[in-house]
Amino acid sequence: MSRIGVFTCHCGENIGATVDCAKVAERTRNVPGVVHSVDYKYMCSDPGQSMIKEAIKEHGLTGVVVAACSPRMHEPTFRNAVEEAGLNPYLCEMANLREHCSWVHEKNDATTDKAADLIRVMVEKVKHNTPLHPIRVPVTKRALVLGGGIAGIQAALDIANAGHKVVLVEKSPSIGGHMSQLSETFPTLDCSQCILTPRMVEAARHPNITLMTYAELEKLEGFIGNFKATIRRKARQVDEKLCTGCGLCITKCPNKKIPDEFNEGLGKRSAIYVPFPQAVPNKPVIDKTNCTFYKSGKCKVCEKMCPTGAIRFDQQDELVTLDVGAIVLATGFKVMRTDKFPEYGYGKYADVIDGLQFERLASASGPTLGVMKRPSDGKEPETVVFVACSGSRDRAKGVPYCSKICCMYTAKHAMLYKHKMHHGKAYVFYMDIRSGGKDYDEFVRRAIEEDDVKYIRGRVSRIYEEDGQLIVKGADTLMGGEPVEIKADMVVLATAVQAQDGSEELAQKLHVSYDPYHFFAESHPKLKPVETNTAGIYLAGACQAPRDIPETVAQASGAAAKVAALFSRDELTREPVVAVVNRLPAPTFSYCVGCFLCQSACPYQAIEAEEIRGRDGTLIKTLAKVNAGLCQGCGTCVSTCRTKAIDIQGFSNEQIFAELMTL
Amino acid sequence: MTEPFEPKITAFVCNWCTYAGADLTGTSRIKYQSNVRVLRLPCTGRIDFMLLAKAFARGSDGVIVSGCHPNDCHYTSGNYHARRRWMIYRDLMDFMGIDTRRVTFSWVSAAEGARWAELVNEVTTSVRELGPYTEYKELALTGVE
Repeated sequence: MSRIGVFTCHCGENIGATVDCAKVAERTRNVPGVVHSVDYKYMCSDPGQSMIKEAIKEHGLTGVVVAACSPRMHEPTFRNAVEEAGLNPYLCEMANLREHCSWVHEKNDATTDKAADLIRVMVEKVKHNTPLHPIRVPVTKRALVLGGGIAGIQAALDIANAGHKVVLVEKSPSIGGHMSQLSETFPTLDCSQCILTPRMVEAARHPNITLMTYAELEKLEGFIGNFKATIRRKARQVDEKLCTGCGLCITKCPNKKIPDEFNEGLGKRSAIYVPFPQAVPNKPVIDKTNCTFYKSGKCKVCEKMCPTGAIRFDQQDELVTLDVGAIVLATGFKVMRTDKFPEYGYGKYADVIDGLQFERLASASGPTLGVMKRPSDGKEPETVVFVACSGSRDRAKGVPYCSKICCMYTAKHAMLYKHKMHHGKAYVFYMDIRSGGKDYDEFVRRAIEEDDVKYIRGRVSRIYEEDGQLIVKGADTLMGGEPVEIKADMVVLATAVQAQDGSEELAQKLHVSYDPYHFFAESHPKLKPVETNTAGIYLAGACQAPRDIPETVAQASGAAAKVAALFSRDELTREPVVAVVNRLPAPTFSYCVGCFLCQSACPYQAIEAEEIRGRDGTLIKTLAKVNAGLCQGCGTCVSTCRTKAIDIQGFSNEQIFAELMTL
Repeated sequence: MTEPFEPKITAFVCNWCTYAGADLTGTSRIKYQSNVRVLRLPCTGRIDFMLLAKAFARGSDGVIVSGCHPNDCHYTSGNYHARRRWMIYRDLMDFMGIDTRRVTFSWVSAAEGARWAELVNEVTTSVRELGPYTEYKELALTGVE
């Protein structure tokens, strides 16, 4: 006979102020099967947990219902407590009185009634609970890092230094990401490449890291500790093993008029190219859409020139399958382009550029070798206007959030400009200056006070061209909204940071959640910022939300620490919420008739066929059988089964119908 | 009838999206009507017709089924199974004489706390207008159930 104990928590005032907990406990005492029902101020506290443990022993409880917060919050806490008292942890259930009752309803009798009902439902469920045992699964101690920017590099290095194997996958031909494009970094103004490239080389040389550049995730199967990832290695048309990176092919390539992605379209590159001189690996790639051979069938100059014979025009994409135990997502961001701004000329003015383009103009390795020249005619810009919040915090552009890094990099841009052109004039239009961070506000102050950058608080309403100059019309809201008009030679828009292209598709491949702007969602905004809702997949950097380099590096190390903790064990335990096919004595064996409708419904290929044979080896019956290692416990098979032969542990038909019977 | 009719609403929700979304409603302290009783399931793909039928048989006046948005299912495709089944269940319910307006099929993600409150209020109000669901209870009294 069931002996259920019910423990109603006040959660301080959180439940107690709205629900009459004493009355609920009193009423629950009369439910058949309940032998013990009490209420207490904080059930999750040590004394609260001790109450549960003592009651289990004293009353010989066969099941426990804790009526408190959401099971998503404290289910593990109470199941642990129950286990410590010697009861199977899966004989404990929680009724959600806080999130689903006290926090969302007014204080009245109906709310107390609902609380009692919610407990009643769980009491009936727990009567039908059975002892379950966690499933043990092995852990593959190899991590997959998606994205080779600073986030991915840092995560890969930290995991590798902890002694585990890492595969670092990057979709472009070189690792480095956006950080490799930056000229200097705030607030120290040290050269971005100078601090990044040693890390890139370290990642490439590390014995535990395997680099896969020019590759993308094709498919992911499996679960924490046991993922199976399929990576598409795009054809470089160059044999990486033979290529020495001498660069002769690049100098001889006849087609050198292709806008250069690394320089944000401000420079030109050849059809066979390395993205930038410090690329890792320093092996070229043939851009098939622009290569003369792929367009006309003739050329092959690079093949003739290559001293090691590394050019492969017939190379095909290759699919590689990897077993990995954990995944770090570090796919980064993109910036909004200037063509999204009708008021600033739809991107048709060559001298209205975005922040990344300015980085390339200011960079010593950029198309102008660091000399300030505007893109249209190469003239030195005497007056430059910087427009912060271009697109960010603008609902009309679909970006209500703050892009976070623009205030700082705009100050940096203005400073870099002034350092290169002392006599030039720099204006910054801004809404607010958000410079929280170590030495950040001091940096902005320096731009204003030492480098004489003119900050104007107001928005720019329009930019248009007149006599080879850009007329910037705005308002100065600190001067009572007085109209401001500046004749500028160049305008830099600090455009919004957005989720990388393809983030939604990637999230769906990985089954991780994402927010309305397609940034990946963390498991808990405060306490689980690097985990996703899918166990074994972690987040690093700007793929989660706009963030700067120090934060990205810190988060990447955090994600790496999570991976290292996971890899510190040889086995991990999984919740035993899996499907089972019922088994009966001969001659029935099971209600299962072997129709295998469940097999077609199962998204995890967890249903196998099991043959029942007689002593003489003749086939008696074919039954469905669940592979508990693959089953994730969705229960789709249960509702598909015609004979109700398959059921799911923890959410069985019996349990759910028992819950329904209380209504 | 002196007291106004208060409908009983049963909600079948998935653990990953709507249950978490309803938790968020609580965390955000958004108020809604207290007629709903939530039953947590791993996935909407777990729901079969008998659960809906039983809910009505046990005196529910309205039922909510809610899970992850298409493409966002934690289990890849459970919500698609649920959606396809719902097309069939609706016809079956209609055939059985249950007013299909009493069942609301919806998607509420883990980030849509406000949407959950809105959904519960909408359904409670519309079921209140439909009045109590008595057909099964009458059948039970005549012993046909």
